[in-house]
Amino acid sequence: MMSFTYLIVVIITAVIIVIAALGVAKAISPRSYNPQKGESYECGMPTQGKSWMQFKVGYYLFAILFLMFDVETVFLFPWAAVVQNIGVQGLVSVLFFLLILVLGLAYAWRKGALEWK
Amino acid sequence: MFDFGIITKWIHDWLLSFMPMGLATVIECMLVGIFIILLYLVVAVIMIYMERKVCAAFQCRLGPNRVGPWGTIQLVCDVIKMLTKEIISIRSSDKFLYNLAPFIVILASVMAFSCLPFGRGIEVLDFNVGIFFLMASSSIGVVGVLLAGWGSNNKYSLIGAMRSGAQMISYELSASISLLTIILLTDTMQFSEIVMRQEDTWFIFKGHIPAFIAFVIYLIAGNAEVNRGPFDLPEAESELTAGFHTEYSGMHFGLFYVAEFVNLFIIAGVAATIFLGGWMPLHIAGWENFNAVMDFIPSIVWFFGKTLFVVWLLMWMKWTFPRLRIDQILTLEWKYLIPISMLNLLIMTIVVVFKLHF
Repeated sequence: MMSFTYLIVVIITAVIIVIAALGVAKAISPRSYNPQKGESYECGMPTQGKSWMQFKVGYYLFAILFLMFDVETVFLFPWAAVVQNIGVQGLVSVLFFLLILVLGLAYAWRKGALEWK
Repeated sequence: MFDFGIITKWIHDWLLSFMPMGLATVIECMLVGIFIILLYLVVAVIMIYMERKVCAAFQCRLGPNRVGPWGTIQLVCDVIKMLTKEIISIRSSDKFLYNLAPFIVILASVMAFSCLPFGRGIEVLDFNVGIFFLMASSSIGVVGVLLAGWGSNNKYSLIGAMRSGAQMISYELSASISLLTIILLTDTMQFSEIVMRQEDTWFIFKGHIPAFIAFVIYLIAGNAEVNRGPFDLPEAESELTAGFHTEYSGMHFGLFYVAEFVNLFIIAGVAATIFLGGWMPLHIAGWENFNAVMDFIPSIVWFFGKTLFVVWLLMWMKWTFPRLRIDQILTLEWKYLIPISMLNLLIMTIVVVFKLHF
């Protein structure tokens, strides 16, 4: 399988692009030392506390919903590749699959999980 | 039509004529790597130049026009300027994650980039699960964005990263469902095979109404996935300075910038390949002379022409619509695009099962 060899080549290439760009920049860019430059950029004021803190839970709710639908998409990919061969049976089976999924989406919608509060 | 596979086969035979198989494979791998780097940089330069010129045209300006003819040398100057800027990393950041983030972002975009079929016989990664691999590798980019935001230890970056995480993963769903709609028509996921199946008619014509709906949904979702256009609130400069890459300077920032533009090219390239026939010329059944004339245009020109046309559509979207709020973005995806694309998938299944396509 030549493609998998090329996959390794592509990954190495991507790493080389980053290392080369950063290496050249480090080699030719000027350098100066100033304690002020190490501060984080926030409105010119000294930063209050850390930024690694608790965050709005709404984002995680959407991440969980995404997980559910993404797994569903993974199941649909092999089905999509063979549906021309299996015909009407494929249509009926996916009809039930999508029905259950849409019920899940409707439940989340009804419960207000899709609202941004 | 010229097949670039002849050139690669010729190089392969020539190398084998005076060296053993193992060494030839190593040299071929290096050639492939150099080819990817060059093409990646050329595409990035083309995209950034085009973005500036198109943006200027939409705002009744001229755009870059001083350095070189029509400002074409401007990009080279910008790269040199970017390289001579100091790379500043802030003291309170998580050094490991902060430095890891550009690697992941570039890795995702290079992996997705090498899946595209650029012309007849120019495919680097041609798996039989091509589309699936492309979706998988392009979604690694979210991890890089989240790491960049979290590792910077900056509130702007954190908010930008969280927003882009929520947005990119959400829009990935409708993008992949609309690609699924076309896989139904082809019964294959291999890119080269998909292009070959479009020899008679492109899929957007073959699949008529559901394919067109899927195309529009894919453009919207793709635009949101690369954080551009009306969906650019991860880096909304008027509220978050630069979003997740606020703390990156110099070439560190340049890598994010390049990856963003190449990701736009990848989205457009996939749209061109799946819906508009990739490098396949426009063929109309029965018009033999017309088809023969179309075959004279090289396959690379067809691919880049279609891709840049889709890029132009996306830029049109970007410079026309105002930015959306985060709740509007999530509402658009979860309450409109996902139900519509699921219904569209069902319609396409009916069309395929009962052979209602052209």
